Amino acid sequence: MNETVDGTFAAGFRWAFARDVRLAWRHPGETLLVIAFFILVASLFPLGVGADPGLLQRIGPGVIWVCALLAAFLSLPGIFAADYADGTLEQMALSPHPMAGWASGKIAAHWIASGLPLTILSPLIALQYGLAPDSLAVLACALALGTPLLSLLGAACGALTLGARGGGVLLALLALPLFVPVLVFGAGAAEAQATGLSPSPHLSLLGAGLIVGAMALPAAVCAAVRIALD
Amino acid sequence: MTINWFYFSSPSTFYRFAGALAPWFFALAALAATAGLYIGLVVAPTDAQQGEVYRVIFVHVPAAWMSMFLYFIMAAYAAMSLTFNTRLAAMMARAIAPTGAMFTFVALWTGAFWGKPTWGTYWVWDARITSELVLLFLYFGFIALASAFEDPRRGDRAAALLAIIGVVNLPIIYFSVQWWNTLHQGSSVSFKGTSMHVSMLYGMLLMALASWMYSIGTALVRVRAIIVERERRTRWVRDLHPAIPRSVPG
Repeated sequence: MNETVDGTFAAGFRWAFARDVRLAWRHPGETLLVIAFFILVASLFPLGVGADPGLLQRIGPGVIWVCALLAAFLSLPGIFAADYADGTLEQMALSPHPMAGWASGKIAAHWIASGLPLTILSPLIALQYGLAPDSLAVLACALALGTPLLSLLGAACGALTLGARGGGVLLALLALPLFVPVLVFGAGAAEAQATGLSPSPHLSLLGAGLIVGAMALPAAVCAAVRIALD
Repeated sequence: MTINWFYFSSPSTFYRFAGALAPWFFALAALAATAGLYIGLVVAPTDAQQGEVYRVIFVHVPAAWMSMFLYFIMAAYAAMSLTFNTRLAAMMARAIAPTGAMFTFVALWTGAFWGKPTWGTYWVWDARITSELVLLFLYFGFIALASAFEDPRRGDRAAALLAIIGVVNLPIIYFSVQWWNTLHQGSSVSFKGTSMHVSMLYGMLLMALASWMYSIGTALVRVRAIIVERERRTRWVRDLHPAIPRSVPG
């Protein structure tokens, strides 16, 4: 059996993406938990700060962003940890496909299972907070641009903490500070819209961040996975 | 004559080298700090707008400079340790991190005390202060990640990669006062000239020199401790410190 397979980025991406999406589809519990967490935490704020419609309208975009960020954070260990624990990750590293390909595929699948449902649900939560229809659309746009960036940043941090002591809290300490710029521009977009300014600078910066992140972060993820498998 | 650049990358050589140099850096730090504080607190005139409270600048600005610069140096050592796979570079990165975190904290703390009388508030969520806070958490993350693994080399590499990812934050801090029009004032010092009294400038530069020397001194002392801990099973450490037990947990 001397047959060699030429690995390509695209084939690796497709394979890992299909595998992880299928896994997420067959174990919908995790995605549903993330969504339930998102809705639950977003519902706690009006109970905590008082149900004054003016106040809720003002804090709505920020609260929804923080909830989405925390929900995305909760699902981070799922990207690599399970595959690392049972040795699958090591087998994947031996595959002929470049690591950046299948790692990107896994990150994309993570976004499909966490960031995308949150983005789709966010208008519903935004209605609970009484946001105007146009800031609702801006919020969804910002989430659509920002949550993939969260998945990318989170994947790098998740790969760094593979096999570390105190996993969850450590992951929070690493990932949440790196999420700050995404939160600032994401929540800023909807807030700018609500105060009558143009949200496009914020959205452009988020888009630029996503492009840079999508180019640079898979390399960091690969380096982190290699360190973990050493 | 060829210079062996890797001569000092051997931990045992560097251990003695660092031990010989560290007291000099501390002495220089003490001298510069004495001179800087004298100029800052006695010689420098009272500020026309802010009164006496501006004198926080002699601690605040050097601390803020060091917080960013030390992160850059730490990330440079981290990159060196990943590319050349040198143990000592990773140990240096670890040794710098606590000092960097300390200076970041000092910059935030003195900034709060400066902010209260001049801005009327201890804290604002503006871009520079927020990104400096993120820097503090990057330092904490580095320290936590470096010590989170059974195998110290694994911790070295993971933390090194984190330090390199975190470098993105440095230009954000540095340019934040130009990119966003916020409460935090812009810089009064640049290479083209300064908008402050010359004795204020010298006081600040002397304090920056003192912080610089202090950082090098503490990094050298700390790296010596790390070297002894890591190399405790080697013959040269056992000859040097016979009292160290052969197996220390951790």
